[in-house]
Amino acid sequence: MSLAASTTAAETGAIASNGARKALQRHRIAETFTAWSLAGPALVFLVTLFFLPVFAVFAIALTDWQFGASTLSFVGFSNFKEVFADEGFRASFVNTILYVVIVVPGTIILGLAIALLIESGKSMRTFYRAIHFLPFMATLTAMAIAWEALLHPTIGLINQTLVTLGIPTANWLRDEDTVLSVLAAIGIWQNLGYAMVLFLAGLKSIPQDLYDAADIDGADMWLDRLRTVTLPMLGPVTMFVFIVVALRAFETFDTVQVLTQGGPGHSSEMLLYTLYRESFQYLRTGYGSSVAVVFLIIVVALTLIQARVMDKKVHYQ
Amino acid sequence: MAGILIDKVAKSFGATSVLREVSLAIADGEFLTLLGPSGCGKSTLLRILAGLDVQTSGSLSIGDRVVDGVRPKSRDVAMVFQSYALYPHMTVAANMALPLRMRRLSSLQRLPMAGKFLPGTKAVTERIDEDVRRTAEALGIGHLLDRKPGQLSGGQRQRVAVGRAMVRQPAVFLMDEPLSNLDAKLRVQMRAEIKELHKRLGVTFVYVTHDQSEAMTMSDRVAVMLDGELLQVAPPQEIYADPTDRRVAEFIGSPKISILDGIVEETGIAMTAGTVFSIPKGIELGSQIGIGIRPEAFVLAEKHGPNTLTGSIKLVEHMGSDLFVHLDVLGSGAPIIARLLAERAQHIGEGQTLHLGVRPDRLLLFAADGMRIRPSSPTPDITANANVLPLKERVL
Repeated sequence: MSLAASTTAAETGAIASNGARKALQRHRIAETFTAWSLAGPALVFLVTLFFLPVFAVFAIALTDWQFGASTLSFVGFSNFKEVFADEGFRASFVNTILYVVIVVPGTIILGLAIALLIESGKSMRTFYRAIHFLPFMATLTAMAIAWEALLHPTIGLINQTLVTLGIPTANWLRDEDTVLSVLAAIGIWQNLGYAMVLFLAGLKSIPQDLYDAADIDGADMWLDRLRTVTLPMLGPVTMFVFIVVALRAFETFDTVQVLTQGGPGHSSEMLLYTLYRESFQYLRTGYGSSVAVVFLIIVVALTLIQARVMDKKVHYQ
Repeated sequence: MAGILIDKVAKSFGATSVLREVSLAIADGEFLTLLGPSGCGKSTLLRILAGLDVQTSGSLSIGDRVVDGVRPKSRDVAMVFQSYALYPHMTVAANMALPLRMRRLSSLQRLPMAGKFLPGTKAVTERIDEDVRRTAEALGIGHLLDRKPGQLSGGQRQRVAVGRAMVRQPAVFLMDEPLSNLDAKLRVQMRAEIKELHKRLGVTFVYVTHDQSEAMTMSDRVAVMLDGELLQVAPPQEIYADPTDRRVAEFIGSPKISILDGIVEETGIAMTAGTVFSIPKGIELGSQIGIGIRPEAFVLAEKHGPNTLTGSIKLVEHMGSDLFVHLDVLGSGAPIIARLLAERAQHIGEGQTLHLGVRPDRLLLFAADGMRIRPSSPTPDITANANVLPLKERVL
């Protein structure tokens, strides 16, 4: 009797646990379904608008397809060979690197300097913050037109001022020697406010205790304070600014398109402009795609550098 | 080696007065604690001592030197911060070496790359490394020199912060709540270590805390601050047993002192909370006084009478050897807290009626303005047929 009773009890237990398992399974399926249905729309857009086009670019880069043509043939890596053999591309590549090398340090140093000045000042902080941030908010194409007027060789404000002061002038945008520097200066002017705002936020998050400790330890001159506390504590922000400004500098297009169209010669041509011209003006989409691939590799490499190498150095763990 | 003289130092931020003419002399080699609740101005005073804040008026001397307007680094003081304020990008060794590098190397010699090759840099750097190593060994953190602060535990960071202060052998140590960020067990341990450090170094320590147990256990003298004023400066036992101000009595002691509001009815007798207390003669009749009784001054009594409070037990807290009894006494305002020896109070339970007696010489009396009333003559005992238990039974 007791044996029978215990068997029944065991069976009941088994049934109960079986039921519980089924309920758990149902719960899991429901959870999975919810997860997919929530992530689904984003996933669809990500695939159709990002992964497929990137894949298409890689594929087209291996063909001789021309924009609008109904036929295409596989040409292997000959587009890439042509890209690297092309003097125009090489000029464009070197220009872009030069541009980035000027713009990134220029933006970081000036942005930090302005942030430090604003932070140390007492009055009109909001005003200074706003006027330095304006260029970043404005449409660069419109701003480029304003710059064009300023830089006009005869009636532009810059040259007229220089003439008044008796300083030699230049035809800034038509001179091979000055055009890239001028574009870089505009690039710095445009990104400055962004870097400044980030640095200001970074400065706010530095604990006052560290400055106090530095004062007592004897690091109380501005350069010592900068080296002991400010710069190291701004490491993560600087890293972020570096990556973002570098990416923005690599994809400079508006100023080139509006002000120079890459000229004179190839002296102000940059990667994104080359890409646009080859693909959509000369309709050599296969060639343009291979430029895009090179561009993509640079961008991905930059991002990886941030994620892998620098992250460890600026977060002091 | 230096004493400190604080002469009528006041500080206000705009219209808000944070320090009101504080004057204090700290002896050479003394361990003085500034104790007070948050916002009482104790940290401001310490920061003024360090030179991180500037006083609105008054004067400061460290040693024989007036240091008003002297920069923090030239005051020969070191400071340990509540947050430790270690430089997160530097190793422990570099953190500790910084004060020495800033003092012993010229700005050219400190240049990142080129400085190494200047004459003398190498020898000085080696001496600094040796000093750092010696200090680190003394604090038991010699094995951590290559780590960064982020890799250390709270206690280890605390030691590094102390090491950074110690390494340049300052005349005065300033400590701003250095133990607040540690867990309770470590806090007790570090308390002893800091006290030990003070003994070993023999220099002046000024220690800021809101924790009275830290103040009581470590200090030679405690300075109790409230609302920007220095209420009393005295050795710990005196602060506890002989407070000069009602606010000091209320701030020091855990559980808190019970202060009953009474009226002087007759010469030598005050009326409060349904009972009468013997008080010294010479207090003006009809005046309002505060009658303060420390928890351990209470003893069990058998019945109600003079110098005895009667009420119902609201709460009993067992603390092992002692127990704390919270007693609701009619007319007392807040519950009275008494500390009784556990073995004498086994029968006590919540809801019961209890009589607690106090010997008149253990009362702390305060005038209406909060100042202590000191007996000019011994208090006559009005408990003629003393219903208080005999002295040997007294619970202390």
